[in-house]
Formats: sequence, C-alpha cells, structure tokens
Amino acid sequence: MISYFAKRLLEMIPTLLGITILSFLIIHLAPGKPTDVLTEMNPKITPEARERLEKYYGLDKPIYTQYGLWLKRVVKLDFGESFSTDRRPVIVKIWDTKQPLMERRLFITFVINALSMLLIFLIAIPIGVFSATHQGSFSDKVTTVTVFVGFATPGFWLALLLMMLFGIHLGWLPISGLKSMDYDTLSVFGKIWDRTEHLILPVFISSFGGLAGLSRFMRGSMLEVIRQDYITVARAKGLHENTVVYRHALRNALLPIITLLGLAVPGLIGGSVIFENIFGIPGMGQLFYMSVMTRDYPLVMGILTIGAFLTLLGNLLADIGYMLTDPRIRAK
Amino acid sequence: MNGRMKKSPLKMYWKRLRQNKLAFIGGVMVLVLFLVAAFASIFSPYDPNEIDRHNILNPPSLTHPLGTDELGRDIMSRMVWGSRISLAVGFVAVGIATLIGILLGSMAGYYGGWAERIIMRFIDIMLSIPTFFLILAVIAFIGPSIWNIMVIIGLTSWMGVARLVRAEFLTLKEREYVLAARALGVSDLMIILKHIMVNSMAPVFVSAILGVASAILVESALSFLGLGVQPPTPSWGNILTSGKDNIEIAWWLSVFPGLAILITVMSYNLFGEGLRDAIDPRLWGTEES
Repeated sequence: MISYFAKRLLEMIPTLLGITILSFLIIHLAPGKPTDVLTEMNPKITPEARERLEKYYGLDKPIYTQYGLWLKRVVKLDFGESFSTDRRPVIVKIWDTKQPLMERRLFITFVINALSMLLIFLIAIPIGVFSATHQGSFSDKVTTVTVFVGFATPGFWLALLLMMLFGIHLGWLPISGLKSMDYDTLSVFGKIWDRTEHLILPVFISSFGGLAGLSRFMRGSMLEVIRQDYITVARAKGLHENTVVYRHALRNALLPIITLLGLAVPGLIGGSVIFENIFGIPGMGQLFYMSVMTRDYPLVMGILTIGAFLTLLGNLLADIGYMLTDPRIRAK
Repeated sequence: MNGRMKKSPLKMYWKRLRQNKLAFIGGVMVLVLFLVAAFASIFSPYDPNEIDRHNILNPPSLTHPLGTDELGRDIMSRMVWGSRISLAVGFVAVGIATLIGILLGSMAGYYGGWAERIIMRFIDIMLSIPTFFLILAVIAFIGPSIWNIMVIIGLTSWMGVARLVRAEFLTLKEREYVLAARALGVSDLMIILKHIMVNSMAPVFVSAILGVASAILVESALSFLGLGVQPPTPSWGNILTSGKDNIEIAWWLSVFPGLAILITVMSYNLFGEGLRDAIDPRLWGTEES
C-alpha cells in the first residue's frame, strides 16, 4: 500500500512539470512582453531602463532558459515579485505569514472549497441514495427535475438571485466580504456567528454545481449497484433492507463518486474566481482575477501552479479515499 | 416492437427520441433558439444598442417587455441579439474541441504504444489545470474578442471527446471487419476514416451537444467577469454584469438573462441526454420513463 502511495506521489511530478511548462509557454508566448505593463505605465522610461528591466527579469534569454530559471526558484517556493505597485513577493501575497490564518488568501479559498466539498458530500449522497431506493416515486421525480434544473443553472446568476432575496429583500444575510465592519467589537460568539453568516451564501454557491452533478451521478451509480446479483442474494438471505442498502450497496456505489470528487477540484478552484468576485471575498480567486487584469505575470504563474498543485493533491486524496473504501485495492 | 431489426438505425433513433417527451421538448427548444438567433431582427422590438435617456432602468412594461438597462436600452432586444453570441460561441468552440478530440483520440486508440502514452499523459495534464483559470489568463493576455473566446474554450475542452473516441477505437479496431480490411491491405488512414470513425460518431455527436451547453455557460461566466464579449455588443453574460451593478434597484436585469442561459443549457442537456438514451442499444426494448 505504501509503495502504491509512493508511486502515485512520484507520478505527480511529471504532471506538475507538464502543467507549469504549458502555462509558462502560453503566458510567455502571448503578444507583448511582461515588462510592458511596468514600462507603459511610465512614459518617462528610457530604452536603456527598459532593457535593464528586461534583463532583470531574464526576458532577454531564450524561453527555455527563462523557464529553467523560474523552476529553480519555484522549487524553493520563490515565485518572484509581483508587478503590482506594492512589489511584494508572490508567495507573501498568497500566504502572508504575518497575517492571522483567516486573513491569508490561500487559506480563505481553501476553507470555502473544503466546506463546499463537505456540503456536497453530506447532501448529494443522501439525495442520490434516496432517489435510487425510491426510484420512480413522486419524490424521486421531484428531486430528479430539481437536480436537472440545478445542473443547468449558472452559479453566478444564482448568486445574484440569492443576494437579492436574502441580502436585499429579506436582509437576513450579508452580501459582501468575510466579516462585518464592527467585527472587532463583537464577543467571541458574535465573531463566530459573523463569520458563519458571511460564509453561508459563498459556500452554498460554490458547492451548487457539484451538488447537482454529484447527486445525479450518485443516483445512477446506486441504481447500477442495486441491480447486481449480490444485492439480490443479500435480500434473499433475509437481511434488513437498511443493511442491504447502507452496508452492501452504498459502499460499492461510493467508489466511482470518490474519483469524481477528486476530479471536481479544478472546477471548484476555477469557480472561486467567480464567487469571490461576486461576494467580494479576499481569496486567491479574487487575487487571480486582479492579477490577470493587470497582467501581473509572476502572480499569474504562481497562482496557476498552486492551483494545479491543489488539483493534483485532490486527486491523490481521492485515490487514498478509494483505497480506504475498496478492500480489493488495499489487498494488492 | 416487432420487426425492429428491419428498420434503419436512424429511424430507430428518431422513434426512440420521439418517445422520450423531455428530450423531444429539448430538441424543439434547441430549434426555437436557433430560429430566434437566425432571425434576431424580427424578434427584437428595438435596436439593441439604441440609447434612450428618457427610459433608463425601466421595469418590464408593455413598451419594454423585459425592461431597460442603465442606458435605456431594451433588454429583450439585447437578449435576442445576445443569443447569437451564445450559440456562435457554443458551436464554434465545440467544433474545435471535437476536431481536436477526434484527432488525438483516434491516434491514441488506433496506434497505441508511445503515441497513446503521450496523448493520455497530455490529457491528464489538461484535466489537472483549473481550466477556468487558464482561460481567464489567456483571454486577459491576448485580449477579449469573440474569436479568441471561441478558440480558447475549444482548446481547453477537447479532453472528454478524446477519451471517448479512444475508447471507441480500442473496441472497434479489434472487430473482424476491421481486421479483414487490414488483411486486404487497406491503408491505416482509410480504415480509420471509413471503417472505425463512422461507427464511433454517435457518442461523439451526443457529447458535442452536451458540450455546447457547457461552452455557453463558460462564455456567459467570462462575459460576466468582463473578459468575454465586450459591450456594447450584447451577450447574456454582460447584461448580467449590469444586473450585478444595479442589483438593488433593477431585478429584471439579473433575472431574465440568467433565465435565458438556464433554459438554453437545459434544452441542450435534455436533447443530448435523450439522444444518448436513444442511440444506446442497451436501452432498446426497455421502456424507462
């Protein structure tokens, strides 16, 4: 089992390399030079200064040398300095150790995505199981239709609708940011509630797409398992229906779902750009949006790499989960 | 269902598609949306870019059925013209993705060996990149235009098709008729094109239809973020942006374009999935509701 795990870890390296090469190529082959942003903003810049700047960033070298230099630094977790006016290192912008945990961008995005994953798991699986075990019933039809509509709903649109309903008309939930203006004056309990209130809509929106997709998939997977012979055998043995469903069927039906959860990670991370933008959440997605808008190359590359790394980590976790639920793999 | 073997597959598909009410409705909606986009000038009551300072942010009324935006432009007209953008992006992007997917998938499936290993690894890499991040970065760097959006969505969404085609090729290339063709000395290219490709196209077609739906979603999200189709050209996504800016006063700016996206995506999904069931021989003869 450990050797399997080690093998999977090793396999991540060429994939991660491939991703960074691809991202690097795409970004650096786009028209215009990275330093254009710095030089165009400043009309007084001389050609010599421009050249010096290009040399400083290694832009006078061929692209493979540039990539090599970039990679050498990244191994030490140095993604370079941001092009923005504050000139802070990219890594500090993403993960500022001087700030409390809840204020670090990567942590914010991570928490929201992790909570969404949890929510997807907790809601989608029971819905799928219920629909499958009550196939054809009225409630199955209602859930199937709801899920189908949900699957086609653009998340950012739903976010706008919920903001209108809960934020503006009912005034129940805050619609922007992660904490209130008077956060520091609140009691401990008040602080916790304030955080929770601000997280409800973003977490719901970011899990929404996955919720619909996964419950549909869970229903299908469960239906497939329930038709198998060993389920008929379990029933014929006189086992209680609950035992048959939850002990015999569910575990097998969950296997493909676990892989799917791993595959859902890039979608979740990508979605964070949209909902962090709508809800004004200072996370990595918002930072990425700002960095592409200002053509902040080091920052864009840094976030792309970290995003890909998180995705691969998600896949790895899915593999481990798969191993834990499937004794057939463990035995190998 | 007597004598169904005598019928041509196409007739069978059509018959099964008609039996599936939801899929049929989806298909009709797809057609209707096409007509609206094709005859946009007939369906839009106003010029979509006509600014009317006297009717700024009007709620839905008889003169403006879906209201007006912050420049007094008629929302219904903008949405009708916006449907052209959505469909165009959806179809061109899927066309590009399908071509790439077929090319790489058939190469991997037919030749196997190192070609397959490289292609499959490339697919793994593409699937591990948060694609939406990549699309945003590229669009921001090369500039948002409708062509760039079509191409970049196409270039980042071919992986599913490639896997599908590869799987089809893996099973089909061992069939007797393919072996026979090879024994007769038919060239690889002819075998791929005339004998295998033709038989693996049905699932590709289905996935293309479902792909249109997701490409439309991506385009609207890009336009919503301001990195898609640029104003004043109307698109469903950029109308929603002004919906967000005026969220406290103009609900109609948010509600209607989103509803249009929802209905369009759902129609393509219903149609695509109905078609998948219709051409799946495992479901023939079983009558599922």
